[in-house]
Amino acid sequence: MSGLLSAVFAAGFFTSEPVHVALLIGGVAALVSGAVGAFAVLRGQSYAGHALADISVTGGSASYLLGISPLLGFAGTGVLAAGVMDMIGIRRPRGRDLATGIVRGAGLGLAALFLYFDTTHTNTSGVAVTVLFGSMFTLSPSVIPLVVICSLAALAIIAVLYRPLLLSSVSTDLAAARGIPVRLTGLACLIAIALAVSLSALTIGTILSTALLVGPAATALRITRRPGRATLLAAALGVVVTWLGILLAYDSFTWPPRHDGWPVSFFVVALIFACYLLAEWGARLAPPRRRPGRPAARVPVLKADPDAAEG
Amino acid sequence: MFAPFMMNAWIVATMVAVVAGVVGFFVVMRGSAFVADAVPQGAFAGAAGASLIGVNALVGLSVFALAGALGIGLLGRRGRHDVATALTLVLMLGLGALFLSFTTQYSSEIFALLFGEVLGISSAEILPVALLGLVCVAAIAVLYRPLLLSSLAPESGAARGVSAARMELAFLVVVALATAMTLPVVGALLIFSLMIGPPAAARALTSSPLRAMALSVVIAVVLAWVSIALSYQSDWPVGFFVGVGGAVCYALGRGWAAWSGSRGSSPGRPARAGSPGPSPAEPESPEPAAAGTA
Repeated sequence: MSGLLSAVFAAGFFTSEPVHVALLIGGVAALVSGAVGAFAVLRGQSYAGHALADISVTGGSASYLLGISPLLGFAGTGVLAAGVMDMIGIRRPRGRDLATGIVRGAGLGLAALFLYFDTTHTNTSGVAVTVLFGSMFTLSPSVIPLVVICSLAALAIIAVLYRPLLLSSVSTDLAAARGIPVRLTGLACLIAIALAVSLSALTIGTILSTALLVGPAATALRITRRPGRATLLAAALGVVVTWLGILLAYDSFTWPPRHDGWPVSFFVVALIFACYLLAEWGARLAPPRRRPGRPAARVPVLKADPDAAEG
Repeated sequence: MFAPFMMNAWIVATMVAVVAGVVGFFVVMRGSAFVADAVPQGAFAGAAGASLIGVNALVGLSVFALAGALGIGLLGRRGRHDVATALTLVLMLGLGALFLSFTTQYSSEIFALLFGEVLGISSAEILPVALLGLVCVAAIAVLYRPLLLSSLAPESGAARGVSAARMELAFLVVVALATAMTLPVVGALLIFSLMIGPPAAARALTSSPLRAMALSVVIAVVLAWVSIALSYQSDWPVGFFVGVGGAVCYALGRGWAAWSGSRGSSPGRPARAGSPGPSPAEPESPEPAAAGTA
């Protein structure tokens, strides 16, 4: 038994300080992303989430340049970009993706410039890589309080707006008829997404921030159609997958070809993808709700049709 | 600026802009901005893999771009399309991170691949880029009618025997090819600005599909030229000028549409872009104008 344990948990896993920090921050980021992600997926805003993560990199690279706290740069830019996206009209799905893309393009253009300044002025060409891919094992424990505050803010928005958000995600018309300010709710949701992804983009990189926002939530929504359960399941799944990824990455320090560890992001992404595929097959094998096969994905119980969101 | 070593940059950038303008028109028309964004970013991992096993980067880019496009197409058939795109994208990026961790001497090249490097183009690279570009434009020319039909009115397209799923797959492959040729020049993160900004502006200016496509090519070429010229002068990354320039194009197009709409001279639509009314986005989105031409 102990032999098995030491084979699974490589020596020093439970005593290493960087691993503790990675487990804590990665877990918090995964928890928040999973919970917020359920709404991002329900509302068809995966792209907005991905774009916000990338755009918050702009703020991150600017904050390296200006010497302010990176988290402020990441979160501030993310929230700002969410506002801009909402302003230029993102309710109709097609126009929405376009607006998202335009904002993202401009943001990344600026990021290119800032990173260029960063690299030429401080001569660290690794900044681009760190910002994009994150580095879980080099997190400093001093960011923990800020991370916790940001995640609480994102979770609070989702908790307070849970009912109206759910209703307006499923049917804009119904929500409007009940007197819910649909647009404001949507903006608040986008801001919660921005907070969640900028938080995870800072700590674990933009790849993982998109993966953790979309993957666990999409998997959970395949497994259960009840939104509350799906939100909890997504958060739990995100945390489990992240911790497993960290464990595997820690173990991989002895693996070929460089004996330097495989990236955490690779493991987490691979696990998430596997979960999604399994849930997908499970959903197909499960007793059909209406018809077997493809249309089952469109049973309109809580699969908000993205076109319904346009009102 | 027009020294011999810059000529390759001008030639390749022009070809890239033409292809981006043509393909981008359909990207905007079909509202598949996310796909056009995800494929290049994912393909970036292919370049890392290619350098790992020592083959030409263009091969790695093409293979990953195609694999990504097919993955999105197949996963997206069941389940939500944006979820499929996002998951395919992160899977490829995760592989990219893995490949990068296997090599040590790649860090400076990454920046070039992500944000574009026009000055490093050799004469030998022109031919493959030109061939890929020709294939893309030819494919769009052949697919023009059915693609337009299935983009604007999928149902009536299906009634005429144009399978929406097959068109989607064909379109994804074209995007993948366009990606592979464009990526080394403008960078993985910004191809997509070139593919979206100019066509979006063009569509705000005219509602005729062919005219919009021509206009989109013209705007894309001008944007690419201006970006290279400014990048040469300032030594700042090309990606910055392309990204911000794409957004400026879009804003100008929207502004023009709003202005001509408020004068009542626009034939297509009574646009009031930017007025944040409580009504849904009908007048603001570019859809109705184009749908009218179907």
